[in-house]
Amino acid sequence: MLTSKRVAGGVLVLIGAVALWEGLRFPFGTLWRPGPAYMPALLSVVLIAIGVVLIVARDGGVRLAEMAWPEARHALAILGVCAFIALTLERLGWRLAVAGALLVILGLLERRGVVFTVALTVAIAFGSFYLFNDLLKVPLPRGALGF
Amino acid sequence: MAETIQNLYVGFAIALSPGVLVYAFLGCLVGTLVGVLPGVGPLAGISLLLPLTFGLDATRALVMLAGIYYGAMYGGSTTSILMRIPGETASVMTCIDGYAMARKGRAGPALAICAVGSYVAGTVSVVALMLLAPPLAEFALRFGPPEYFALLLLGLLVLAYMSPGSMLNGLAMAALGLLLGMVGIDQMSGFLRYAYGLPELADGVGVVAVAVGLFGLGEILLTAGRAQPPEVIKPRLRDLIPSRQEWREANMPIWRGTLLGFVIGVIPGAAHVISTFVSYALERRISRTPEEFGRGAVAGVAGPESANNAATSGAFVPMLALGVPGVPVAALLLAAMMIHGVTPGPLLIKNDPQIFWAFIASMYVGNFVLLILNLPLVGLFVNLLRIPYPVLYPIVLVCSILGVYAVGNSIVDVWLMLAAGALGYVLRKLDFEPAPIVLGLVLAPMLEMALRQSLSMSDGSYAIFVSRPISATLLAVGVLLVLLALRPLVSRSMDWRRRLSVETEAR
Repeated sequence: MLTSKRVAGGVLVLIGAVALWEGLRFPFGTLWRPGPAYMPALLSVVLIAIGVVLIVARDGGVRLAEMAWPEARHALAILGVCAFIALTLERLGWRLAVAGALLVILGLLERRGVVFTVALTVAIAFGSFYLFNDLLKVPLPRGALGF
Repeated sequence: MAETIQNLYVGFAIALSPGVLVYAFLGCLVGTLVGVLPGVGPLAGISLLLPLTFGLDATRALVMLAGIYYGAMYGGSTTSILMRIPGETASVMTCIDGYAMARKGRAGPALAICAVGSYVAGTVSVVALMLLAPPLAEFALRFGPPEYFALLLLGLLVLAYMSPGSMLNGLAMAALGLLLGMVGIDQMSGFLRYAYGLPELADGVGVVAVAVGLFGLGEILLTAGRAQPPEVIKPRLRDLIPSRQEWREANMPIWRGTLLGFVIGVIPGAAHVISTFVSYALERRISRTPEEFGRGAVAGVAGPESANNAATSGAFVPMLALGVPGVPVAALLLAAMMIHGVTPGPLLIKNDPQIFWAFIASMYVGNFVLLILNLPLVGLFVNLLRIPYPVLYPIVLVCSILGVYAVGNSIVDVWLMLAAGALGYVLRKLDFEPAPIVLGLVLAPMLEMALRQSLSMSDGSYAIFVSRPISATLLAVGVLLVLLALRPLVSRSMDWRRRLSVETEAR
């Protein structure tokens, strides 16, 4: 039966196994003279052990089929918008990348009015750039178009 | 003692200078806003606002960040009382009786008792911090790598033990954080581990990116798609004064909460949350009217809120005296200190006394600022809660990305934040508390270095950890905690976390 804890345990085993596999590419040293792979290997084994205990334990948490994910689509959309910012931040510059993202979130995702969406977008995208880049001297990317 | 008073005098001279005072004031104000907004706790708040301090010197930066920390701890109680939504996790217990008082038309007195309790607890615990940190730092100068290893390991075990959910879940999260901390250059051999050709990862995974992702973005992903928040109760300024009876009922719980909170705060772990739970349980146990708890008991508000604020100062003790962060927020403050060129640890008080004592003095000032700022401005803070979440979260999202990008001007950090956000969302859905990840990430390089240095010292003998009294004692406490966590498996009894959650749910 798939439960929340068993799924988490499985993921931990997977992460531990990958980390162990990757970590052992470095010299392990010995138990008495540890090398750079020693600690990662030790932690990977701990993670795998905890994962296995979670999988076999009687208290398996909530059944996966019973878990509700009502906000998942919204969350995925927000993550997508964040990915858009990460992809375009240095190409378009802070103001354009943030403006694009906010237009999508406020206009399409949250269905706010056009005037409100545009006003808030401009205020945040340009206001944050002015506050941090110009006043506080925290450099923000400008992009190819100078924005 | 005379030397302490002399140092404190110097600290006050710095903290009360207009150039520093304004940042203490700003920190408290912004911190309160951070605490009031549900989902933006002190951890995310400090992470987001760290870039604001880049242009400041170390003293001003630390004073402001500390102000944000305890401002947020105070602000969290406002939403708990007026909306039954904890602004941050330490305010969960305040929700129970604070909201019940508000429903009875006593929202104002509940807020006032919170403010006064927080002020008393904050001020008294700063005195304790001031008296305890210097001798502890002097004692810590005797610590070698084995003692540090044992202390760091104990810190992680306590955090795992104290975290909500099972200790196994906490340990899993701590191990995950430690593993993340292995990314980057190995300090002893120079090998680049788990960097996959990305030079940005040579210095390791950024604490700020992970913290903002797990707590800031993770919370947004979890709450943005949900229904509208409940109604906000708005108290009037003239209704703020508690009655004589309410003052009497709050008096002793405030002092008990202060003592409890400070002691629990010094122990590494989820100090704030635990101190409020313990304080609430204690007050109910010794109350003559335990049936009032859950229906608006004044002691149920005064005790936990005082404990919560005292724990904030308590958490600074290991951070300032030992350079070991006991809670994730302290880990972030430690990272901020290093960004500003201050080396935390036992030598801080000796090498940078002006920073240490100005920091202490600013906490006295900050507590006073919070008291005079928060009660008159409660109406303003309440209005903030009326901003619809679909409008608020895009602003927080932009601030998160800005904060993470500005730390290292690195787009890799933004991607890391996104990954941490997705992880934080899934972990919360699966009922795992992500806080130990942040602590593990910060402690990993220190822990590995201490382990390998210890083994170099002992020519490879692990007996070094049990042959030295301090490290042996610390490890013994760690083993005891693991045994305590295993006890319910053997005796089939409920451990304290489950008992507590059953009791809380029953209310």
